[in-house]
Amino acid sequence: MKIQDTMEKIIELSKADECIVISEESSNANVRWANNTTTTNGVAEARKLYVISTKNKRVGVVGRTYFPEDQLEDLVRESEAACEDKPEAEDYAPLIEGISNDGWSESLDRIGIEVFSNFAPELAQVFKEAASSDIKLFGFADHSTTAVYLATSSGMRLGHMQGEGKLEVNAKSSDYSRSSWVGQATSTFKDIDLSRHYERLQQRLGWADTKLDLDPGHYEVLLEPSAVSDMLLYSYWTSLARDADEGRTVFSKPGGGNRKGEQLYPDNVTIYSDPSEPGFEVSPFQVVPTSSSQASVFDNGLACGRTEWVSRGVLQSLVTPRYWAEKNEGPAVPFIDNLIFPSSGPSLDDMISSTKRALLVTCLWYIREVDPQTLLLTGLTRDGVFLVEDGEVKGAVNNFRFNMSPVAMLGQAQELGTSEPTLAREFGDYFTFAKMPPVRVADWNMSSVSQAT
Amino acid sequence: MARPDIDQSFADLPYEAMADAALSKAQNLNVSYADFRFERLKGQLINMRDLQLEGLVTSESLGFAVRLVKDGSWGFAASVELSTEAAARAVEQAADVARTLSSLNSEPVELADEPIYEDSFVSSYGVDPFSVPDEEKISFLKGVNEKVLASKKADHVDFALSQVLENKFFASLSGSKITQQRVRLQGNFDAVRIDKDSGAFDTMRSNAVPVGKGWEYISSEYDFMADAEEIPSLLEEKMVSKSVDPGRYDLVIDPTNLWLTIHESIGHATELDRALGYEAAYAGTSFATIDNLGKLQYGSEVMHVTGDRLVENGLASVGYDDEGVAAQQWDIIKDGVLVGYQLNRQMAEKQGFGRSNGCAFADSPLHVPLQRMPNVSLQPGQKNLSLDDLIGGVDRGIYIVGDKSWSIDMQRYNFQFTGQRFYEIRSGKIVGQLKDVAYQATTTDFWNSMEAVGGPSTYLLGGAFNCGKGQPGQIAPVSHGAPVALFRQINVLNTTQEGGSS
Repeated sequence: MKIQDTMEKIIELSKADECIVISEESSNANVRWANNTTTTNGVAEARKLYVISTKNKRVGVVGRTYFPEDQLEDLVRESEAACEDKPEAEDYAPLIEGISNDGWSESLDRIGIEVFSNFAPELAQVFKEAASSDIKLFGFADHSTTAVYLATSSGMRLGHMQGEGKLEVNAKSSDYSRSSWVGQATSTFKDIDLSRHYERLQQRLGWADTKLDLDPGHYEVLLEPSAVSDMLLYSYWTSLARDADEGRTVFSKPGGGNRKGEQLYPDNVTIYSDPSEPGFEVSPFQVVPTSSSQASVFDNGLACGRTEWVSRGVLQSLVTPRYWAEKNEGPAVPFIDNLIFPSSGPSLDDMISSTKRALLVTCLWYIREVDPQTLLLTGLTRDGVFLVEDGEVKGAVNNFRFNMSPVAMLGQAQELGTSEPTLAREFGDYFTFAKMPPVRVADWNMSSVSQAT
Repeated sequence: MARPDIDQSFADLPYEAMADAALSKAQNLNVSYADFRFERLKGQLINMRDLQLEGLVTSESLGFAVRLVKDGSWGFAASVELSTEAAARAVEQAADVARTLSSLNSEPVELADEPIYEDSFVSSYGVDPFSVPDEEKISFLKGVNEKVLASKKADHVDFALSQVLENKFFASLSGSKITQQRVRLQGNFDAVRIDKDSGAFDTMRSNAVPVGKGWEYISSEYDFMADAEEIPSLLEEKMVSKSVDPGRYDLVIDPTNLWLTIHESIGHATELDRALGYEAAYAGTSFATIDNLGKLQYGSEVMHVTGDRLVENGLASVGYDDEGVAAQQWDIIKDGVLVGYQLNRQMAEKQGFGRSNGCAFADSPLHVPLQRMPNVSLQPGQKNLSLDDLIGGVDRGIYIVGDKSWSIDMQRYNFQFTGQRFYEIRSGKIVGQLKDVAYQATTTDFWNSMEAVGGPSTYLLGGAFNCGKGQPGQIAPVSHGAPVALFRQINVLNTTQEGGSS
C-alpha cells in the first residue's frame, strides 16, 4: 500500500472532529572513518507516521513506525481515545484548508550504499596520499533522501522531497599536534569535491607548522562561515515570539513585549530564510507532530515564505505559531529550515590581508548557553585557530574556551566577507542548509586556554 | 523489587523468525560474524507550560538491524519492515555495504570472544508508565505547576516528563538469543521569575533525577510538591543575591551537580574509542590515552571511580549489551590512578584486553552499536563524612547544587559548568546564595584538588537521558552516582562579567 493511500485511509477512518496525518519516509547511507580506515558504516530505511486527532478542541497524538493495513483502524481509534482525557488545547486553531501540491503524488527516491560508488575510491586514494604524508584522516560522509507528506481532514494534501547530506573531514598530523577540518552540506552528494577539500586541509596543516602560545583575553577575531553559522543558529533557535513576549529571552523587552523593531546590529546585517533559495531548497510548508512554543500542530500546512529575521540590523521577525499570532494580532511566522546571511564583501583571503592583528577561527565546538538573559554562550575553538598579523597568517595558536553572545557578536561585527554555503561544525547535525559570510568581530572573549589539540 | 515479565505484546512480534531468516542468509554468504537486533521503543513526552498542556505525544518505533563482518569489513543494514523477507534482504544490503567500502578498510575486524547466552532480562521497576492513564499524568503535572504559580514568586513554570519502555531482542550467528526490557523516565519543572521593570529573569529547576524506574518514582518516591513549595522562594532569593566575585574558591559540590562533571570529564574521557581516535572528527579524542593506563594520576587518592552496567535502576544498566556481552562492573580510577576503560568487542580484541566489558549500545534499531558509556560513578568515602562536615572545613567557598550549563573541550581537558544554586560558605557555614557563578578547570587539576568525598549517606545516582555521540548522532541514557565532594581552590567566573566587553 502506498503511503499516500495509507494516509487517505486514515482520514477516511477518522471519526474525530479533525484529523491530521503526517508521514516521513527516509533512506540513508553513511560511512565513517578514523586513522585512514573505516570504522562504522551502513544503510537504513526508516518511516514514521503520526495521527493527530482533535475532539472538542482536545488533541490526541500517536506516532508509529509500524502500521500494517489491518492495524490502521486501531491506530486511528487510539489517537481519538487520546483526546478524551485531555484539556482543551491552548493553541487550538481551525485547520488550514484545502491546499495541495505536486509533491503529494511523488515517491521517495531511495538510495543505497551506491551513493558512495564514486566517492569511496576517491577517499581510498586520499587515504593513501595522507598516509604517505604522515597525515591521519577522520570523518563522515552521510546522505539521505526523505519524503514528507501531510494530509488533513480539511483537504490538505502536501508532499516534499528532500535530499540532504554532508561530508566532514578532519586531518591531523600523526602525533595529533596539528589539526584542521572542512565540512560541506549537500542535497545530492554529487557536488562533493574531495580533492579540493584535501588541498585546503593541507594548507591549514601547513599553517600549523609554526605553533604559537597565546594567553586568554579579548581578541579581534575573523570567524570563518562555519563558526558564524553555529553562533547564529543558536540565536535563530532562540528567536521565538512567545518566549520573548513572556520575558524569557534576550529578545524580550523590559516592561513587556519583544524587541522587534529594535536596531540590534549594524545596518549591513540582514538575515533571512527562504524555502525556495536556490541551492538551499527546503520544505515550503510546516510539518508539526507535537506543539511547542516554536510551532503548533495547528500550524500543519502553513506556507513558509521568504522571511527576514533581521533587516538592515533591525530585529524584524520572531518565530510565531498561528495561535500566538492571533492572540497578539500579528502574522504567523513559521520556522524555516535554512538560514541565509547575504553579504558580498571581501574574500576571506582579502580580510586576512587587511588585518593588523586578529585570530582566525576555523570552527567552534561544544556550544552551550550560560546566561539566557544575554544569550551568553560558551564553547571551544577547534581544529584551527591562527594568529594573523600584518596581513599574514603567522602560525597556529592554542585552542581557547570562549564566552560570547551571538547578539553581542553581531552587534560588533566590523566587517562581513562574501557569503558561501557552509556547514555548522556543531549544529550541522540538526540544521544543514546555511549560507554565511566570514565575519570580523572586534572584541571576542577567549576566557581560558584549552590544552586540546 | 520483583521484576516484571517481558511485555507479551513485544514477545508476540516475529523477531525469532526474522532472526532465523537473517542469520541463515548470513551463513550462506560466508561471513565471519553476524548479529540480528530487533527493537521496540515506546516513548511518551508530556510538556505542561504553566497550567496548559502544551504537547503530549505517544510514539512507538519498531525495527531491526543486521550487522556482519565480511572479508574483514563491517556491513550494516536496518529497516522498519517487519518480515522474514526484509530480514534476509537486509543481510544482502549489509554484505553489499561491506563489499562497496572494502577498499577503505585497512584493519580487518576481529572481535573478542564472549560466551553464548540464551537469556532474558527485565529491569527493576514497579509501575509501567504506559499503564498509567494520561489524565492522571496531566493532573499530576498540572498540580505541581499550580503550586509553583500559587507562590506568586514564579511568573512561569514548565514541566517536562519523558518516559521510555525499551525492548530488544539480540541473536548472533554464534548462537546467543537474548530478550531484554527496560523502563526509564525523567521529569522536572523549571520555575521562571521575571522582574518586569528591569527585564531581568532567571530560572530554577526541581531536583528530581532521571531513573531506571517506573511511574512510582513520579507519583510517590520523589516529592515534587516539596520542590514546588521551596523552589520559587529559592529563586526569588537567588535573583536578589550577591553577584559572585570571580577568583579561586573552595567548592563543595553536591551530587546533583557533580554527576555531570563526572560524565563529561571522566565518563567520556575513559571511552576507549575516543582514546583510540575513532571519534576524533566529531565527539573528540581523550587526553587519557592508552599509554596512560595504570600510570596517570587522574585525581587525588580519595578518587575511586567505577564503571558498571549492573546497578539497580541505573539508566545504562542491562543484562547484556548490544553485542551480546554480559553486564559487568569494573574499576576505571582507583586511588586516583587510571586503571580501566570502557570497551566493546572490537576494541577489546584490538588492544589485548581479552574480553569486552559490555559497553556497546545503539539508541535505535536503525543505528550501529557504538562504544557507549556505562554507569560511571564516583564512590563514596569510607569515613562517612556528611555535607556539614565538608562545609565545616571550608573558610571561603561555594556549595553548588543542581546542574545547568556545561561544556568541555574535544580532548576533555578544559571544562566550564554552572549550576542551579550557589551558596556562599564563610568560616565553615553557609551565609546565603550567590548568583552568576561558573566554575572552570582542567580535568586532572580539578580531580587532583579533590580533598574529600562524602560518605554513603550523601551518595545519589544522577544521570541523563540524552548523552550524545557518534555519526549519525545517537543519544544514550546513563547514570552517574556521586557523593558530595570538596575541591580546593577552583577558578570561579562571574558569568555577567564574562559576557561584557573588554
